[in-house]
Amino acid sequence: MKNPKFVTIGGAALGLLAVLLGSVYVIDETQQVIITQFGEPVGQPVTTPGLHFKIPFVQNANYFDKRFLEWDGSPNQIPTKDKRFIWVDSYARWRIADPLLFFQRLRDERGAHSRLDDILDGETLNAIARNNLVEAVRTTNRDPANVPVETEEETSVLETIQLGRLALTRQILATTAPRVKEFGIELMDFQFKRINYVDQVQNDVFQRMIAERKRVAERFRSEGAGEAARISGERERDLQRIQSEAYRTAQETRGKADAQATRIYAEAHNRDAAFYAFTKSMEAYEASVDAKTILILTTSGELLKYLERPR
Amino acid sequence: MNMDRFGGPEGFRFPDVSDFRPPPGSGRLILIAVGALASLVLLWSSFYQVEPEEVGLVLRFGRHVRTTEPGLSLKIPLAEGVVKVPVQRQLKQELGFRTILPGVRGQVTDPEEFKGESVMLTGDLNVAVVEWIVQYRVSDPYRFLFKVRGLEETFRSLNEAVMRGVVGDRTVTEVLTVGRQEIETTAQQKLQELCEQYETGITVAQVVLQDVNPPDAVKPSWDEVNQAQQQRDRMINEARAEYNKVIPRSSGEAQQTILSAEGYALDRVNRSQGDAARFKALQEAYRTAPEVTRQRIYLETMARVLPRVGGKVFLDRNAQGLLPLLPLNNLTGAIAGDPAVKGPGGSK
Repeated sequence: MKNPKFVTIGGAALGLLAVLLGSVYVIDETQQVIITQFGEPVGQPVTTPGLHFKIPFVQNANYFDKRFLEWDGSPNQIPTKDKRFIWVDSYARWRIADPLLFFQRLRDERGAHSRLDDILDGETLNAIARNNLVEAVRTTNRDPANVPVETEEETSVLETIQLGRLALTRQILATTAPRVKEFGIELMDFQFKRINYVDQVQNDVFQRMIAERKRVAERFRSEGAGEAARISGERERDLQRIQSEAYRTAQETRGKADAQATRIYAEAHNRDAAFYAFTKSMEAYEASVDAKTILILTTSGELLKYLERPR
Repeated sequence: MNMDRFGGPEGFRFPDVSDFRPPPGSGRLILIAVGALASLVLLWSSFYQVEPEEVGLVLRFGRHVRTTEPGLSLKIPLAEGVVKVPVQRQLKQELGFRTILPGVRGQVTDPEEFKGESVMLTGDLNVAVVEWIVQYRVSDPYRFLFKVRGLEETFRSLNEAVMRGVVGDRTVTEVLTVGRQEIETTAQQKLQELCEQYETGITVAQVVLQDVNPPDAVKPSWDEVNQAQQQRDRMINEARAEYNKVIPRSSGEAQQTILSAEGYALDRVNRSQGDAARFKALQEAYRTAPEVTRQRIYLETMARVLPRVGGKVFLDRNAQGLLPLLPLNNLTGAIAGDPAVKGPGGSK
């Protein structure tokens, strides 16, 4: 390098580049920026994405996320008002609504998380402990008529609730949102993600479920036996009915026919009762006499009167 | 002079020029070559390709300026970048289980592993193990990319919260048996609402319940209920079968009894009518000459009867005292069989 002029020009070019680079910064769609001058925030937060300018070296760009951010609570073991121990795992969505305030009060997301932990965990504990378990599990009171039941003895298996899951989470959101607002945080939603029994409670619940199942099973078996007995009784009854009805109808028919026949005979025979007696007797004689019969006849009878002496 | 390290757009390789030796004293030529190469790079980085199922979001210095459809498009080199989002593709998330090896008989993880996701409380404070999948599409790529951080995890949490809300409003029996369809549609609806609220840019296509089970410890008693249910049905069916075996048959038999009685009735009436008609006819004829007819009938009958009679004793009108002396026993001995004495009343 024999030429000092060359070095000077090169140095100047490098310096210019450094200044140029120091005076521009890029914000993408997910970011927002606070400009600080010697650590002190200057002006309004920059939220529009794109290429921006600042005073090089003196001013510094501090990036914050503009998106909705996650807060995932650690599972807590909490007793409910009705003394059941449950694990509650909740989550919330939040965003940095006021980056300046956020920057001043909390500095970064780690600070934010620890505050959110304190506030949200505390409120969750309060809300759960003040209410019965069912309030955190159920959301609505359904019309019992629309809840299908296995056996008709159970009218409704769903307890009536006062608040419900949605109202509880809304309550927690309503009490915590103003408290985190002073950190520049906007709390957008809070939900119970998981609610589960702690182990020994879970065992009791399983025992209860088993007992309940057994009850239903017994109920089914007894229903089966009862229904079978009823059908069997029905069979007996129908059998008797069918048989006796048939007997009755048959006897009626016979009786009617007998009566009719009697009437017909009577009507015919009434024309000459003596003649009827005579013809019937004749038939009877003819029918009753056979080879073993002994007849003792006197000549005074009609048949033999001529045997004695013809008159 | 190795220019490989300059890089360039994906897949592009600069020609290997390491063996190139510039001819002495040709500075201008080098400048021209460098300029040509630079413009080639610029030209190359001003094109980009968007696949058919994607859209491309063009960002100029980090700012979203336009969205492009599939095909080859232009952008300003250096200042603009492209992010591609598969908006047409059906995406899927599994909850309560994971598929390890997709296929016809897909292999899934041990259910124990994701118990945390799948175990939930039902409305009657019982426990159910629910596995489900959710299918979704990216309907708003801008929101999908820029509105929520950790979208995948957020969506998963949303799913868990929604499904627990829905299951928490139902009895364990509903969840395990009849309520599946309704749970799916309700969950999808609520999930969609929350996706709008969270500005995720996701459209939920379908929530599909997979295995829904009672907890392992309780499973045998659920099976017992199923068994009892079948037992009940079997008992009822057997009783019905017995009923069906007996009743139609006895109905037929009853019909038989009735029909036979009707037969009897017909027989009885017809015969009586026949007899009556015969009697009437006879009587009519008789009336014209009663005395002689009666005698004729009597004598004719006797003529038919007497030859058939085994023993005949004729007594004179005056030998009345004789009757007690008759050796009836001998008489009957002459005739085989039992003795039967018939005395005709005679007629006058």
